[in-house]
Amino acid sequence: MAFLELINVHKSFGASVAVEGFDLAVERGEFVSFLGPSGCGKTTTLRMVAGFEKPTSGRIVIDGVDVTDTPPNRRNIGMVFQSYALFPNMTVAENIGFGLKIARRPADEIRARVEDLLRIIHMSEFGRRYPYQLSGGQQQRVALARALAIQPKVLLLDEPLSALDAKIRASLRQEIREIQRQLGITTIYVTHDQEEAMALSDRIVVMSRGRIEQIGTPFDVYNFPATRFVASFVGTLNLIQATIVDAAIGLVTVEGQPIRVASSLQPHRSGDAVSLAIRPELIALDGQMNSEVNRLSGTVADVTFLGAIVRVRVNLSTNQLHFDLFNNPQLRTPQPGSSITVQFAPEACLVLGEAALTHHPMSASAAQAA
Amino acid sequence: MLKRFWSWFWFIVGATYFLVPLYATFDFSLRARRGEVSFVAYANVLNDIRFVESFWFSFQTALATIVISALVIVPTAYWVQLRLPRLRPVIEFFTLLPFVVPAVVLVFSLARTYSRTPLTDSREGLWVLLVGSYVILSFPYMYRAVDTGLRSINIHDLTEAAQSLGAGWFTILARVIFPNVYTALLSGAFITFAIVMGEFTIAALLAQPAFGPYMNLLASSKVYEPSALAIISFALTWAAIAAIQWIGQGSQARVAGPR
Repeated sequence: MAFLELINVHKSFGASVAVEGFDLAVERGEFVSFLGPSGCGKTTTLRMVAGFEKPTSGRIVIDGVDVTDTPPNRRNIGMVFQSYALFPNMTVAENIGFGLKIARRPADEIRARVEDLLRIIHMSEFGRRYPYQLSGGQQQRVALARALAIQPKVLLLDEPLSALDAKIRASLRQEIREIQRQLGITTIYVTHDQEEAMALSDRIVVMSRGRIEQIGTPFDVYNFPATRFVASFVGTLNLIQATIVDAAIGLVTVEGQPIRVASSLQPHRSGDAVSLAIRPELIALDGQMNSEVNRLSGTVADVTFLGAIVRVRVNLSTNQLHFDLFNNPQLRTPQPGSSITVQFAPEACLVLGEAALTHHPMSASAAQAA
Repeated sequence: MLKRFWSWFWFIVGATYFLVPLYATFDFSLRARRGEVSFVAYANVLNDIRFVESFWFSFQTALATIVISALVIVPTAYWVQLRLPRLRPVIEFFTLLPFVVPAVVLVFSLARTYSRTPLTDSREGLWVLLVGSYVILSFPYMYRAVDTGLRSINIHDLTEAAQSLGAGWFTILARVIFPNVYTALLSGAFITFAIVMGEFTIAALLAQPAFGPYMNLLASSKVYEPSALAIISFALTWAAIAAIQWIGQGSQARVAGPR
């Protein structure tokens, strides 16, 4: 039996359905992220686990106990908010010790636990400061320590890094993961940042319009998207219009150029229109791949320098695609307006039907190659 | 340069408008003895036991008003913002009623409503009625101050953070909400304090030995003493407000920083 279970959870606000048929089982010590665009129901689901919202139907079970009707202050759940939500009238130490004080723990125990947590978050010398005297990153670390102080059964984090700048976000992300592993606490993390979700999670729950689109490891979600939504939402994707030539052998044409895909295109038939989905990092300049590859020629539309990588946009006749090159100051990048031929492996192609993902996704080997 | 000139010009006009009558009152209060400057009028006022009694009575009444008003207003404003935001305009309307209902109407309504209850049968009952009336008078100032204070903090997240840490509603109000609206509460309390100290109509109609009726009585029977009393009450009211602020200074400093 899983440690945390959401069983057919449904939540409506009047006529508007926020979460529908949500089923999830989280193991003890697991780190699960809810990933999706704004309004997809991820925060509502988290708030139902916390007890701030009551499911319209369905059950929430933590450690074998049905907590669906339990008020939030009796669930023993730690929560970290995007806004930090530190109590402005209390010092850092008082904030961290607040939950223990409510639980009427002895003063010595509270002091020891607060010191312990201050050490874990590397803020031992900040105990007497007030929240307004801290930076955003420090405040969020205190919020994390405060949530952990009560030794909660489940730790919930609601977009905790959204208000921080990129550098602090990256370091705090690492810190959260290390602390979570160190304490072995079951964690649910809400984010709309796919990179964050992939870097932190044991599993990701991709959500859209109140429904689960896919549950899987970051590797699976990225490389084997189960739906068209997941394929387009997680990572950058090129969508190229193609026409099937021979479904049995996986042959299509893109603007008259033959393209092979790794597997059968059935149940599509010859002449059917499909979309080819290809990750930018799986496309290379012509001549860089040794194996049998597909080629497409076009004109460089623009080149964007993104630091570690350079993203090149190529205009085909009617389609457009992006591909990435690793930044190398010694090499000359393609120039806008010049002709270019790019190549990609048949395994790199995901074939999307009109409504949903109808073809098996790219193979593990292709993904590994990326 | 011209802008600076006009700033000073209007500041001096405003200060003159405020300070000249104050100085004139002070100067007049020193003329009790013909041909010399003396503090005789002040001595007369301070030696009058009714002055001390009425001031102390109004001081206690003002403190009771502030405490009760805070206990009513803070949980109400908090709950309205947290759970019933649609009711906010309605609550605001009710809190503004003391501006449109004259004090004399208010006190007669209260006296009539509670005429056959212990509230009108005893001295203590009448004092409770007086405090009740003042609490109503304080609504516009207290509610607005607290409402603004609550809007400056994220009460939703603070409440949920406290709940997730095991706190119940009473703990949340006492340890999280009240301390964080303390500064706002103080500003409402200052105005309430000043109003109660000088209020005449309700205190007189309820036959209470308050400072307002005493000032009125003195004004109708003496010449120089009312001016001395005006200066003394002015100084004492400011001193009392300064004391309240000093008591609340610690909490103010803690919540004053950027969030």
